[in-house]
Amino acid sequence: MRQAYNFAFFDEGSKREIRRAVLKAIAIPGYQVPFASREMPIARGWGTGGLQLTLSLIGRDDVVKVIDQGSDESVNAVSIKKLITKTTGVRTVEDTREATLIQSRHRIPEVPLGEGQILVLQVPLPEPLRPYEPSERETKKLHAEKEYSGAWLMLFEQIVKYGMTATGADHPVMVHGRYVMAPSPIPRFDNPKMNFSRALILLGAGREKKVYAVPPYTRVVSLDFEDVPFRTESFEGVRCRQCGAEGVFMDELVDEETGEVYHQCNDTSYCLGRLNRREVS
Amino acid sequence: MGYVAVKGGTAAIEESIRRLKYERLKKGTVLKVRDIEGGMRGLIDQIMSEGSLYDETLAALAIKQAEGSPEEAVFLLRAYRSTLPRKHYARTIRTERMAVERRISASFKDIPGGQILGATYDFTHRLIDFELMEETEETARAWLREFAESVGDAGSGGMNDGMAERGDASGGAAVFGGASGGSAGGGPDAGALDGLPKVSDYLRKEGLLPDCEEDNREPDDVTRRSLTFPSTRSQRLQVLTRGQTGAMTSLAYAVIRGYDVVHPTVGELRVGHLPVYIADPVGSEDSDAAGSQADPSGESDDDYYIGNVKATEAEMLIPVVTEKVRGKKELEFQIGYGLCYGQNETKAIAMGILDYCLEAKKPGVPTHDEEFVLLHIDSVESTGFISHLKMPHYVTFQSKLDSVRRTKRTTGNANDGERTGAAMEVIRS
Repeated sequence: MRQAYNFAFFDEGSKREIRRAVLKAIAIPGYQVPFASREMPIARGWGTGGLQLTLSLIGRDDVVKVIDQGSDESVNAVSIKKLITKTTGVRTVEDTREATLIQSRHRIPEVPLGEGQILVLQVPLPEPLRPYEPSERETKKLHAEKEYSGAWLMLFEQIVKYGMTATGADHPVMVHGRYVMAPSPIPRFDNPKMNFSRALILLGAGREKKVYAVPPYTRVVSLDFEDVPFRTESFEGVRCRQCGAEGVFMDELVDEETGEVYHQCNDTSYCLGRLNRREVS
Repeated sequence: MGYVAVKGGTAAIEESIRRLKYERLKKGTVLKVRDIEGGMRGLIDQIMSEGSLYDETLAALAIKQAEGSPEEAVFLLRAYRSTLPRKHYARTIRTERMAVERRISASFKDIPGGQILGATYDFTHRLIDFELMEETEETARAWLREFAESVGDAGSGGMNDGMAERGDASGGAAVFGGASGGSAGGGPDAGALDGLPKVSDYLRKEGLLPDCEEDNREPDDVTRRSLTFPSTRSQRLQVLTRGQTGAMTSLAYAVIRGYDVVHPTVGELRVGHLPVYIADPVGSEDSDAAGSQADPSGESDDDYYIGNVKATEAEMLIPVVTEKVRGKKELEFQIGYGLCYGQNETKAIAMGILDYCLEAKKPGVPTHDEEFVLLHIDSVESTGFISHLKMPHYVTFQSKLDSVRRTKRTTGNANDGERTGAAMEVIRS
């Protein structure tokens, strides 16, 4: 009863089983592979899907980075990192370039990922068709038949109502011309980073018990219309107050003293990296 | 650094966890695991059932660690469970062989084998017993001695004879206390009866319940392959037996109160210990590590007895109108089945009702929709997703904000109602 936990928490049989699901997911880009999601020591909805992928893939030589909504130091990122190091002893880093395995919630880092890196995204709701079809049995059929008119209709309705598509994060994408996929609630700003990504992108939904993947160099297109093209969030004319960066995803903050709105890079390690380089030069 | 909102996570977590420990210990008392195991049977049974792990000591430890919060304790057990390899599948357990401590039927007064009230809260008056404030281990020991003496004579030896008398008792209240726990020092089975006939078998013999064929297909294991739709019965029963007691009670209540009102009757409710056997792990071919067996019900003398589990079983009788030839209608009973770890009677009954509903699959009724029921009753899943709302959603919110602002800019002079519509759209996490 007091036995110590196995390397990376799971028993080896469980790891193998999850890896098998991952292989299937890579073989069928964008297809949601069901897997027997385990209960984890962190709560469902807090990244158990991502964590299961990370723990089933991790080896002793891996270098891990965990981010939550862009931040390495956010409480949940810290909590997940702590669990990974506690059960594996591997090194964790903040520098995106150094990491071999990056688990992230709702952001793709600003620093372009390279070959050999794996990005694991945590997914709350893996089914892009769920907003209009509550039944799992039905959505499986729709995917099988590539019947995606509902997905376009959702966007069309928004255009009719608001004159534009009004999706927030999690704007649906078409993967490899076959499956419509929820990119996880990354901002629209990050959607283009999935297209022909050099890194392998794995998406894990623990509660919904699904794994899916965007293999390296796969075409990923955000759903849109010819006359109403897909648009990312705009940060025009906005600079990071810390490092002066432009053209990255920004957090909007309010100066408590002056009441003035200002912006900062959402990707904290990117921002820190720029600041450090500035100090050196 | 100016990252006030997000920096300092590590330190904050450490302090939060210290604070949590302080909350647990601040009154200067330490709860002993054996005290929890001894005195919190109800909670332990609930936790083991929802946690899908049968181990009283671990459950007690989880309760201590979770300061008595059921959702946290279940969570601890489930997470621990994830680290355990699946080594064996048990042989089919036949509930006829349950060492029964309690067994009632609401359908028939005179069931073969008699009604056994056993230990139940059903007929206690829910008046707070202030004397328990003064209870000591000494008074408890004295009471136990007295109890052992009082049941000693009527105990084990004459139990079967006693049964016959019960069957004959004509006073109506064929209820007997003290059937369980025959002697204080005895094992859990002391005073229990096994081999009691099932009420449903009796009904079948009488032709009141349609015969059903045994389904001896290897059950699916939802912890090894995730639930698929349409689900199989074995998947449904597994998800139901792991379900959160409160969630299942509410859904079953909805069924009998207002949604497809059925009025089920408890055909039989039994509580007791079930013996668990596994196939010889070395000898036979069909018992490899994965435990897949060609014939799960196949029993052999080489089977190993690995222990027993306390369980509650409910067989619910549900009157159903069936249409026969030429529109002729007939009333018959169907069965809803509930079985769960520990003495969790409300849950077992609720499970029986929901099992029937999911078999009947009446369209348009949420409690008959397998996805609606099975995907929303798991404690770890529902509490996890609700609680995840506490996590920061800065990026997703910023993203939505961008859309809201853009629609405001373009719709400029359009009517306000439309604009708030966009703002009101749910921000998906």
